[in-house]
Amino acid sequence: MRKTVIPFGPQHPVLPEPIHLKLTVEDERITEVIPALGYVHRGLERLADVRDFHQMIQVVERVCGICSVIHALCYCQGVEELMGVEVPPRAKFLRVMWSELHRIQSHLLWLGLFADSFGFESLFMQFWRVRERIMDISEATTGNRVIVSVNVVGGVRRNPDAEQLRWLLTQLDWVEEEVQRLETTMLEDYTVKKRTVGKGVLTTEKAYELGAVGPVLRASGVAQDTRQTGYAAYGELHFEPVVETDGDCYARSKVRFRETLASVDLIRRAINRLPDGEVRAKVKSKGNPQGETVNRVEQPRGELLYYLKGKGEKNLDRVRIRTPTFANIPPLLVMLPGLYLSDVPVVTLSIDPCISCTER
Amino acid sequence: MFKMTSNIMRNLVVKKSTRRYPYEVREPFDKVRGELVNDIDRCIFCGTCAVKCPSQCIEVDKQTYKWIYDPFACVYCGVCVDICPAKSLFQKTQYRKPVGERLTISMQGKPRKKAKDKEAVKATEAPAAEPGGEPPPPETPSAPKE
Repeated sequence: MRKTVIPFGPQHPVLPEPIHLKLTVEDERITEVIPALGYVHRGLERLADVRDFHQMIQVVERVCGICSVIHALCYCQGVEELMGVEVPPRAKFLRVMWSELHRIQSHLLWLGLFADSFGFESLFMQFWRVRERIMDISEATTGNRVIVSVNVVGGVRRNPDAEQLRWLLTQLDWVEEEVQRLETTMLEDYTVKKRTVGKGVLTTEKAYELGAVGPVLRASGVAQDTRQTGYAAYGELHFEPVVETDGDCYARSKVRFRETLASVDLIRRAINRLPDGEVRAKVKSKGNPQGETVNRVEQPRGELLYYLKGKGEKNLDRVRIRTPTFANIPPLLVMLPGLYLSDVPVVTLSIDPCISCTER
Repeated sequence: MFKMTSNIMRNLVVKKSTRRYPYEVREPFDKVRGELVNDIDRCIFCGTCAVKCPSQCIEVDKQTYKWIYDPFACVYCGVCVDICPAKSLFQKTQYRKPVGERLTISMQGKPRKKAKDKEAVKATEAPAAEPGGEPPPPETPSAPKE
Protein backbone atom coordinates (compact mmCIF):
# COMPACT_ATOMS: atom_id res chain seq x y z
CA MET A 1 0.00 0.00 0.00
CA ARG A 2 1.27 3.46 -0.86
CA LYS A 3 2.09 5.66 2.08
CA THR A 4 0.98 9.27 2.27
CA VAL A 5 2.15 11.83 4.80
CA ILE A 6 -0.54 14.22 5.94
CA PRO A 7 0.27 17.15 8.23
CA PHE A 8 -2.17 17.71 11.08
CA GLY A 9 -1.76 21.16 12.57
CA PRO A 10 -0.14 23.43 13.67
CA GLN A 11 -3.31 25.23 12.59
CA HIS A 12 -6.39 23.05 12.70
CA PRO A 13 -10.04 23.87 13.49
CA VAL A 14 -10.17 21.63 16.58
CA LEU A 15 -6.82 22.66 18.00
CA PRO A 16 -6.87 25.67 20.26
CA GLU A 17 -3.10 25.71 20.26
CA PRO A 18 -0.39 24.81 17.74
CA ILE A 19 0.90 21.24 17.70
CA HIS A 20 2.04 19.63 14.50
CA LEU A 21 1.51 15.92 13.95
CA LYS A 22 2.99 14.32 10.86
CA LEU A 23 0.60 11.47 10.09
CA THR A 24 1.69 8.63 7.83
CA VAL A 25 -1.44 7.06 6.41
CA GLU A 26 -2.07 3.94 4.38
CA ASP A 27 -5.40 4.27 2.66
CA GLU A 28 -7.38 5.91 5.50
CA ARG A 29 -5.57 4.28 8.42
CA ILE A 30 -2.76 5.87 10.35
CA THR A 31 0.45 3.93 10.66
CA GLU A 32 2.85 6.38 12.18
CA VAL A 33 2.74 9.68 14.01
CA ILE A 34 5.61 12.10 14.51
CA PRO A 35 4.94 15.16 16.66
CA ALA A 36 6.62 18.54 16.27
CA LEU A 37 6.52 21.12 19.01
CA GLY A 38 8.04 24.55 19.50
CA TYR A 39 5.58 26.96 17.93
CA VAL A 40 4.74 28.88 21.11
CA HIS A 41 7.91 28.74 23.14
CA ARG A 42 8.15 31.88 25.27
CA GLY A 43 11.11 31.22 27.56
CA LEU A 44 9.26 31.90 30.79
CA GLU A 45 11.66 29.79 32.89
CA ARG A 46 14.48 32.12 31.92
CA LEU A 47 12.59 35.09 33.34
CA ALA A 48 13.62 33.87 36.80
CA ASP A 49 16.91 35.67 36.12
CA VAL A 50 15.32 39.09 35.87
CA ARG A 51 12.24 38.81 38.10
CA ASP A 52 12.53 38.27 41.84
CA PHE A 53 10.87 35.29 43.45
CA HIS A 54 7.71 37.23 44.36
CA GLN A 55 7.28 38.57 40.84
CA MET A 56 7.77 35.06 39.42
CA ILE A 57 4.32 34.14 40.76
CA GLN A 58 2.70 36.30 38.10
CA VAL A 59 5.07 34.83 35.51
CA VAL A 60 4.35 31.17 36.31
CA GLU A 61 0.63 31.93 36.29
CA ARG A 62 1.07 32.81 32.65
CA VAL A 63 2.57 29.43 31.78
CA CYS A 64 -1.02 28.26 31.47
CA GLY A 65 -3.96 30.59 31.76
CA ILE A 66 -6.51 27.85 32.28
CA CYS A 67 -4.81 26.42 35.36
CA SER A 68 -3.10 29.56 36.64
CA VAL A 69 -4.06 29.02 40.29
CA ILE A 70 -2.50 25.58 40.34
CA HIS A 71 0.75 26.73 38.72
CA ALA A 72 1.06 29.52 41.26
CA LEU A 73 0.14 27.12 44.08
CA CYS A 74 2.88 24.68 43.08
CA TYR A 75 5.44 27.45 42.77
CA CYS A 76 4.46 29.03 46.10
CA GLN A 77 4.60 25.66 47.87
CA GLY A 78 8.11 25.19 46.55
CA VAL A 79 9.30 28.63 47.65
CA GLU A 80 7.63 28.20 51.04
CA GLU A 81 9.47 24.92 51.47
CA LEU A 82 12.79 26.58 50.64
CA MET A 83 12.15 29.46 53.03
CA GLY A 84 10.59 27.39 55.81
CA VAL A 85 7.31 29.29 55.86
CA GLU A 86 4.32 27.69 57.55
CA VAL A 87 1.10 28.51 55.69
CA PRO A 88 -1.95 29.27 57.86
CA PRO A 89 -4.60 26.50 57.74
CA ARG A 90 -7.31 28.82 56.38
CA ALA A 91 -5.07 29.70 53.43
CA LYS A 92 -4.55 26.01 52.71
CA PHE A 93 -8.29 25.40 52.50
CA LEU A 94 -8.81 28.48 50.36
CA ARG A 95 -6.07 27.27 48.02
CA VAL A 96 -7.97 24.00 47.65
CA MET A 97 -11.17 25.92 46.97
CA TRP A 98 -9.66 28.03 44.19
CA SER A 99 -7.74 25.07 42.73
CA GLU A 100 -10.94 23.08 42.46
CA LEU A 101 -12.84 26.00 40.96
CA HIS A 102 -10.14 26.14 38.32
CA ARG A 103 -10.36 22.41 37.77
CA ILE A 104 -14.10 22.72 37.19
CA GLN A 105 -13.73 25.53 34.67
CA SER A 106 -10.91 23.72 32.89
CA HIS A 107 -12.87 20.48 32.67
CA LEU A 108 -16.00 22.27 31.47
CA LEU A 109 -13.91 24.05 28.88
CA TRP A 110 -12.49 20.72 27.76
CA LEU A 111 -15.89 18.99 27.70
CA GLY A 112 -17.15 21.78 25.49
CA LEU A 113 -14.16 21.65 23.15
CA PHE A 114 -14.39 17.87 23.03
CA ALA A 115 -18.06 18.06 22.05
CA ASP A 116 -17.07 20.57 19.39
CA SER A 117 -14.33 18.23 18.10
CA PHE A 118 -16.91 15.63 17.10
CA GLY A 119 -19.24 18.25 15.75
CA PHE A 120 -21.77 18.59 18.59
CA GLU A 121 -21.81 22.36 18.75
CA SER A 122 -24.93 22.85 20.84
CA LEU A 123 -23.44 20.69 23.60
CA PHE A 124 -20.29 22.81 23.41
CA MET A 125 -22.36 25.92 24.02
CA GLN A 126 -24.20 24.33 26.93
CA PHE A 127 -20.96 23.44 28.71
CA TRP A 128 -19.48 26.88 28.16
CA ARG A 129 -22.64 28.50 29.45
CA VAL A 130 -22.19 26.64 32.73
CA ARG A 131 -18.49 27.50 32.77
CA GLU A 132 -19.32 31.20 32.64
CA ARG A 133 -20.79 30.96 36.13
CA ILE A 134 -17.49 29.59 37.45
CA MET A 135 -15.69 32.52 35.87
CA ASP A 136 -18.10 34.83 37.68
CA ILE A 137 -17.33 33.09 40.97
CA SER A 138 -13.61 33.59 40.31
CA GLU A 139 -14.16 37.24 39.52
CA ALA A 140 -16.21 37.85 42.64
CA THR A 141 -13.94 36.01 45.06
CA THR A 142 -10.50 36.87 43.69
CA GLY A 143 -10.90 39.97 41.52
CA ASN A 144 -9.91 38.52 38.15
CA ARG A 145 -11.60 36.04 35.87
CA VAL A 146 -8.94 33.75 34.45
CA ILE A 147 -5.49 34.58 35.79
CA VAL A 148 -6.67 35.25 39.28
CA SER A 149 -3.32 36.00 40.92
CA VAL A 150 -4.46 34.99 44.37
CA ASN A 151 -1.54 32.90 45.67
CA VAL A 152 1.42 34.53 47.35
CA VAL A 153 4.41 33.12 49.17
CA GLY A 154 2.99 32.48 52.64
CA GLY A 155 -0.69 32.14 51.85
CA VAL A 156 -3.37 33.80 49.75
CA ARG A 157 -4.24 37.42 49.05
CA ARG A 158 -7.99 37.37 49.43
CA ASN A 159 -10.08 36.31 52.38
CA PRO A 160 -13.69 35.73 51.39
CA ASP A 161 -16.20 36.38 54.19
CA ALA A 162 -19.02 34.08 55.25
CA GLU A 163 -21.60 35.84 53.10
CA GLN A 164 -19.49 35.49 49.98
CA LEU A 165 -18.91 31.80 50.68
CA ARG A 166 -22.65 31.27 51.11
CA TRP A 167 -23.23 32.94 47.75
CA LEU A 168 -20.50 30.75 46.25
CA LEU A 169 -22.22 27.62 47.53
CA THR A 170 -25.58 28.60 46.02
CA GLN A 171 -23.85 29.25 42.69
CA LEU A 172 -22.17 25.86 42.91
CA ASP A 173 -25.56 24.20 43.44
CA TRP A 174 -26.68 25.75 40.17
CA VAL A 175 -23.51 24.58 38.42
CA GLU A 176 -23.92 21.04 39.69
CA GLU A 177 -27.55 20.90 38.64
CA GLU A 178 -26.75 22.19 35.15
CA VAL A 179 -23.80 19.83 34.69
CA GLN A 180 -25.92 16.88 35.77
CA ARG A 181 -28.55 17.91 33.26
CA LEU A 182 -25.96 17.43 30.52
CA GLU A 183 -24.84 14.04 31.79
CA THR A 184 -27.21 11.97 29.68
CA THR A 185 -26.23 13.85 26.54
CA MET A 186 -22.50 13.64 27.13
CA LEU A 187 -22.34 10.06 28.34
CA GLU A 188 -25.33 8.23 26.88
CA ASP A 189 -26.09 9.87 23.56
CA TYR A 190 -25.87 7.52 20.57
CA THR A 191 -23.92 9.87 18.32
CA VAL A 192 -21.47 10.84 21.05
CA LYS A 193 -20.79 7.20 21.88
CA LYS A 194 -20.36 6.37 18.23
CA ARG A 195 -17.48 8.86 18.01
CA THR A 196 -15.77 8.08 21.31
CA VAL A 197 -16.27 4.47 22.45
CA GLY A 198 -13.30 2.27 21.54
CA LYS A 199 -11.37 5.14 19.93
CA GLY A 200 -7.75 5.71 20.92
CA VAL A 201 -7.46 2.90 23.45
CA LEU A 202 -4.56 3.14 25.89
CA THR A 203 -4.04 -0.01 27.93
CA THR A 204 -3.13 0.10 31.61
CA GLU A 205 0.35 -1.31 30.94
CA LYS A 206 1.08 1.17 28.17
CA ALA A 207 -0.25 4.10 30.19
CA TYR A 208 1.99 3.18 33.09
CA GLU A 209 4.98 2.44 30.93
CA LEU A 210 4.81 5.67 28.93
CA GLY A 211 4.25 7.78 32.01
CA ALA A 212 0.77 9.10 31.24
CA VAL A 213 -0.63 11.47 33.86
CA GLY A 214 -3.94 12.85 34.98
CA PRO A 215 -7.27 11.84 33.46
CA VAL A 216 -5.48 9.92 30.66
CA LEU A 217 -3.84 7.68 33.24
CA ARG A 218 -6.94 7.36 35.41
CA ALA A 219 -9.11 6.48 32.41
CA SER A 220 -6.76 3.57 31.78
CA GLY A 221 -7.42 2.12 35.20
CA VAL A 222 -4.54 3.46 37.30
CA ALA A 223 -5.84 5.12 40.45
CA GLN A 224 -3.12 7.73 40.69
CA ASP A 225 -3.79 11.34 41.50
CA THR A 226 -1.25 13.72 42.99
CA ARG A 227 -3.96 15.07 45.28
CA GLN A 228 -3.65 11.80 47.17
CA THR A 229 -0.29 13.03 48.48
CA GLY A 230 -2.30 15.49 50.57
CA TYR A 231 -0.68 18.79 49.61
CA ALA A 232 -2.43 22.01 50.72
CA ALA A 233 -5.51 20.77 52.59
CA TYR A 234 -6.30 17.73 50.43
CA GLY A 235 -4.98 15.46 53.16
CA GLU A 236 -7.82 16.49 55.46
CA LEU A 237 -10.59 16.22 52.86
CA HIS A 238 -10.49 12.43 52.30
CA PHE A 239 -9.95 12.74 48.60
CA GLU A 240 -10.53 9.77 46.32
CA PRO A 241 -9.50 9.68 42.65
CA VAL A 242 -11.97 9.06 39.84
CA VAL A 243 -11.03 5.96 37.85
CA GLU A 244 -12.29 4.31 34.68
CA THR A 245 -10.89 1.17 33.11
CA ASP A 246 -11.61 1.24 29.37
CA GLY A 247 -8.83 3.63 28.36
CA ASP A 248 -10.66 5.03 25.32
CA CYS A 249 -11.92 8.53 24.53
CA TYR A 250 -15.23 7.77 26.16
CA ALA A 251 -13.53 6.74 29.41
CA ARG A 252 -11.45 9.91 29.38
CA SER A 253 -14.47 12.13 28.92
CA LYS A 254 -16.25 10.18 31.66
CA VAL A 255 -13.34 10.70 34.06
CA ARG A 256 -13.35 14.44 33.41
CA PHE A 257 -17.10 14.64 33.71
CA ARG A 258 -17.11 12.84 37.02
CA GLU A 259 -14.14 14.86 38.26
CA THR A 260 -16.11 18.04 37.64
CA LEU A 261 -18.80 16.82 40.02
CA ALA A 262 -16.18 15.52 42.45
CA SER A 263 -14.58 18.97 42.50
CA VAL A 264 -17.91 20.59 43.36
CA ASP A 265 -18.12 18.17 46.26
CA LEU A 266 -14.54 18.93 47.34
CA ILE A 267 -15.23 22.68 47.37
CA ARG A 268 -18.31 22.12 49.54
CA ARG A 269 -16.31 20.04 52.00
CA ALA A 270 -13.46 22.55 52.02
CA ILE A 271 -15.83 25.43 52.76
CA ASN A 272 -17.65 23.48 55.47
CA ARG A 273 -14.38 22.76 57.23
CA LEU A 274 -12.82 26.16 56.59
CA PRO A 275 -10.97 27.21 59.75
CA ASP A 276 -10.85 30.81 60.95
CA GLY A 277 -7.77 32.94 61.23
CA GLU A 278 -5.04 34.48 59.16
CA VAL A 279 -4.65 33.82 55.45
CA ARG A 280 -1.16 35.15 54.92
CA ALA A 281 1.98 34.37 56.92
CA LYS A 282 4.73 36.96 57.28
CA VAL A 283 7.68 36.08 55.07
CA LYS A 284 9.84 39.18 55.26
CA SER A 285 11.97 37.89 58.15
CA LYS A 286 12.65 34.54 56.43
CA GLY A 287 15.15 35.94 53.96
CA ASN A 288 15.51 34.58 50.46
CA PRO A 289 14.92 31.01 49.24
CA GLN A 290 17.94 28.76 49.48
CA GLY A 291 18.40 25.14 48.46
CA GLU A 292 16.50 23.03 45.99
CA THR A 293 13.13 21.38 45.97
CA VAL A 294 10.78 19.40 43.77
CA ASN A 295 7.07 19.98 44.16
CA ARG A 296 4.18 18.12 42.58
CA VAL A 297 0.52 19.08 42.36
CA GLU A 298 -2.43 17.87 40.32
CA GLN A 299 -3.47 20.12 37.48
CA PRO A 300 -6.72 19.55 35.57
CA ARG A 301 -4.57 17.85 32.92
CA GLY A 302 -2.46 15.81 35.29
CA GLU A 303 0.61 15.96 37.42
CA LEU A 304 2.55 19.20 37.39
CA LEU A 305 6.14 19.28 38.56
CA TYR A 306 8.22 22.25 39.65
CA TYR A 307 11.90 22.10 40.38
CA LEU A 308 13.19 25.21 42.16
CA LYS A 309 16.72 26.09 43.10
CA GLY A 310 17.64 29.14 45.12
CA LYS A 311 21.03 30.49 46.13
CA GLY A 312 19.83 32.80 48.87
CA GLU A 313 19.37 35.66 46.44
CA LYS A 314 16.29 37.56 45.36
CA ASN A 315 16.25 35.76 42.02
CA LEU A 316 15.85 32.01 41.89
CA ASP A 317 18.73 30.19 40.29
CA ARG A 318 16.55 27.78 38.33
CA VAL A 319 12.86 27.19 37.76
CA ARG A 320 12.09 24.01 35.86
CA ILE A 321 8.50 23.25 34.98
CA ARG A 322 7.22 19.95 33.66
CA THR A 323 3.63 20.21 32.59
CA PRO A 324 1.19 17.30 32.18
CA THR A 325 0.71 17.61 28.42
CA PHE A 326 4.42 17.00 27.97
CA ALA A 327 3.96 13.64 29.69
CA ASN A 328 0.81 12.85 27.71
CA ILE A 329 2.26 13.27 24.23
CA PRO A 330 4.04 9.85 24.14
CA PRO A 331 0.77 8.04 25.03
CA LEU A 332 -0.98 10.03 22.26
CA LEU A 333 1.48 8.63 19.73
CA VAL A 334 0.53 5.12 20.82
CA MET A 335 -3.21 5.82 20.68
CA LEU A 336 -3.31 7.13 17.11
CA PRO A 337 -1.88 4.32 14.91
CA GLY A 338 -4.59 2.05 13.56
CA LEU A 339 -7.32 4.70 13.64
CA TYR A 340 -9.08 6.36 10.74
CA LEU A 341 -7.89 9.83 9.80
CA SER A 342 -11.25 11.31 10.79
CA ASP A 343 -10.76 10.16 14.40
CA VAL A 344 -7.49 12.06 14.85
CA PRO A 345 -9.06 15.34 16.04
CA VAL A 346 -11.17 13.58 18.66
CA VAL A 347 -8.33 11.44 20.00
CA THR A 348 -5.85 14.33 19.99
CA LEU A 349 -8.25 16.46 21.94
CA SER A 350 -8.98 13.66 24.40
CA ILE A 351 -5.60 14.13 26.10
CA ASP A 352 -6.57 17.79 26.69
CA PRO A 353 -3.48 19.21 24.99
CA CYS A 354 -2.19 22.47 26.43
CA ILE A 355 0.70 23.33 24.16
CA SER A 356 1.59 26.74 25.58
CA CYS A 357 1.96 24.94 28.89
CA THR A 358 4.23 22.30 27.40
CA GLU A 359 6.54 24.73 25.68
CA ARG A 360 6.45 27.40 28.40
CA MET B 1 -31.11 9.82 20.22
CA PHE B 2 -33.06 12.73 21.64
CA LYS B 3 -31.17 13.20 24.90
CA MET B 4 -30.72 16.92 24.34
CA THR B 5 -34.39 17.62 23.63
CA SER B 6 -35.41 18.43 27.20
CA ASN B 7 -32.51 20.86 27.42
CA ILE B 8 -33.48 22.55 24.20
CA MET B 9 -37.10 22.91 25.31
CA ARG B 10 -35.96 24.39 28.59
CA ASN B 11 -33.72 26.88 26.82
CA LEU B 12 -36.72 28.21 24.93
CA VAL B 13 -38.36 29.44 28.12
CA VAL B 14 -35.44 30.50 30.35
CA LYS B 15 -33.58 33.80 30.21
CA LYS B 16 -30.87 34.32 27.60
CA SER B 17 -27.36 33.39 28.70
CA THR B 18 -25.64 36.06 26.65
CA ARG B 19 -26.00 39.81 26.58
CA ARG B 20 -25.32 42.35 23.86
CA TYR B 21 -22.02 43.23 25.43
CA PRO B 22 -20.93 46.73 24.53
CA TYR B 23 -24.52 48.00 24.95
CA GLU B 24 -25.45 45.97 28.00
CA VAL B 25 -22.84 45.65 30.71
CA ARG B 26 -23.32 43.56 33.83
CA GLU B 27 -22.98 45.19 37.26
CA PRO B 28 -19.36 44.60 38.30
CA PHE B 29 -18.64 42.62 41.45
CA ASP B 30 -17.14 44.39 44.44
CA LYS B 31 -13.35 44.28 44.68
CA VAL B 32 -12.83 43.43 41.04
CA ARG B 33 -9.36 44.38 39.88
CA GLY B 34 -10.16 46.75 37.04
CA GLU B 35 -8.60 49.95 35.80
CA LEU B 36 -5.61 51.12 37.83
CA VAL B 37 -5.75 54.71 39.00
CA ASN B 38 -3.23 56.80 40.89
CA ASP B 39 -4.48 59.61 43.09
CA ILE B 40 -1.43 61.70 42.32
CA ASP B 41 -2.01 64.21 45.12
CA ARG B 42 -1.59 61.45 47.64
CA CYS B 43 1.39 59.80 45.93
CA ILE B 44 4.72 60.10 47.77
CA PHE B 45 6.82 58.93 44.78
CA CYS B 46 8.53 56.24 46.82
CA GLY B 47 8.81 53.96 43.77
CA THR B 48 7.70 50.79 45.57
CA CYS B 49 5.07 50.06 42.91
CA ALA B 50 7.68 50.30 40.15
CA VAL B 51 9.99 47.89 41.99
CA LYS B 52 7.31 45.32 42.85
CA CYS B 53 5.40 45.33 39.56
CA PRO B 54 5.85 41.91 37.90
CA SER B 55 5.36 43.28 34.39
CA GLN B 56 7.40 46.42 35.10
CA CYS B 57 4.78 48.70 33.61
CA ILE B 58 5.23 51.53 36.14
CA GLU B 59 8.03 54.07 36.18
CA VAL B 60 8.51 56.56 38.96
CA ASP B 61 10.79 59.56 38.66
CA LYS B 62 11.60 60.68 42.18
CA GLN B 63 13.39 63.85 41.06
CA THR B 64 10.73 65.33 38.82
CA TYR B 65 7.73 63.75 40.66
CA LYS B 66 6.47 61.87 37.64
CA TRP B 67 4.45 58.69 37.69
CA ILE B 68 4.34 56.91 34.31
CA TYR B 69 2.16 53.88 33.69
CA ASP B 70 1.67 51.68 30.63
CA PRO B 71 -1.87 50.26 30.86
CA PHE B 72 -1.23 47.80 28.04
CA ALA B 73 1.71 46.16 29.75
CA CYS B 74 -0.19 46.01 33.06
CA VAL B 75 -1.49 42.57 34.03
CA TYR B 76 -3.97 43.84 36.65
CA CYS B 77 -2.57 41.64 39.41
CA GLY B 78 -3.04 44.35 42.02
CA VAL B 79 0.37 43.89 43.67
CA CYS B 80 1.08 47.65 43.51
CA VAL B 81 -2.27 48.43 45.13
CA ASP B 82 -1.54 46.01 47.98
CA ILE B 83 1.86 47.46 48.79
CA CYS B 84 1.32 51.18 48.15
CA PRO B 85 2.38 52.80 51.45
CA ALA B 86 0.48 56.05 50.82
CA LYS B 87 -2.65 54.22 49.55
CA SER B 88 -2.65 56.46 46.52
CA LEU B 89 -3.10 53.57 44.06
CA PHE B 90 -6.43 51.87 43.69
CA GLN B 91 -8.29 49.82 41.15
CA LYS B 92 -11.75 50.60 39.83
CA THR B 93 -14.28 47.82 39.42
CA GLN B 94 -14.69 48.61 35.72
CA TYR B 95 -12.26 47.34 33.14
CA ARG B 96 -10.44 49.65 30.80
CA LYS B 97 -12.32 50.20 27.55
CA PRO B 98 -10.62 49.04 24.35
CA VAL B 99 -8.92 51.80 22.39
CA GLY B 100 -7.44 52.07 18.92
CA GLU B 101 -3.93 53.12 19.77
CA ARG B 102 -1.29 52.66 22.44
CA LEU B 103 -0.93 55.17 25.20
CA THR B 104 1.06 55.67 28.35
CA ILE B 105 -0.38 57.52 31.28
CA SER B 106 1.96 60.10 32.69
CA MET B 107 1.03 61.99 35.83
CA GLN B 108 2.85 64.98 37.21
CA GLY B 109 2.77 65.36 40.98
CA LYS B 110 3.85 68.05 43.39
CA PRO B 111 6.68 67.75 45.87
CA ARG B 112 5.35 66.45 49.15
CA LYS B 113 5.50 68.96 51.97
CA LYS B 114 7.19 68.22 55.26
CA ALA B 115 4.94 67.56 58.24
CA LYS B 116 5.40 70.94 59.91
CA ASP B 117 5.01 72.83 56.63
CA LYS B 118 1.79 70.99 56.12
CA GLU B 119 0.35 72.14 59.41
CA ALA B 120 1.26 75.70 58.55
CA VAL B 121 -0.53 75.34 55.22
CA LYS B 122 -3.56 73.89 56.94
CA ALA B 123 -3.75 76.87 59.26
CA THR B 124 -3.61 79.38 56.40
CA GLU B 125 -5.82 77.58 53.88
CA ALA B 126 -9.09 76.89 55.59
CA PRO B 127 -11.05 75.16 52.77
CA ALA B 128 -9.13 72.11 51.65
CA ALA B 129 -8.68 71.97 47.89
CA GLU B 130 -10.46 69.03 46.26
CA PRO B 131 -8.11 66.74 44.35
CA GLY B 132 -8.95 66.87 40.68
CA GLY B 133 -9.16 63.94 38.32
CA GLU B 134 -10.46 60.55 39.46
CA PRO B 135 -12.68 60.36 42.52
CA PRO B 136 -11.29 58.11 45.28
CA PRO B 137 -13.06 54.76 45.70
CA PRO B 138 -15.32 54.21 48.71
CA GLU B 139 -13.12 51.51 50.31
CA THR B 140 -9.94 53.60 50.61
CA PRO B 141 -9.72 55.97 53.55
CA SER B 142 -10.44 59.52 52.48
CA ALA B 143 -7.86 61.18 54.72
CA PRO B 144 -4.28 61.09 53.42
CA LYS B 145 -1.87 59.08 55.48
CA GLU B 146 0.35 61.23 57.65
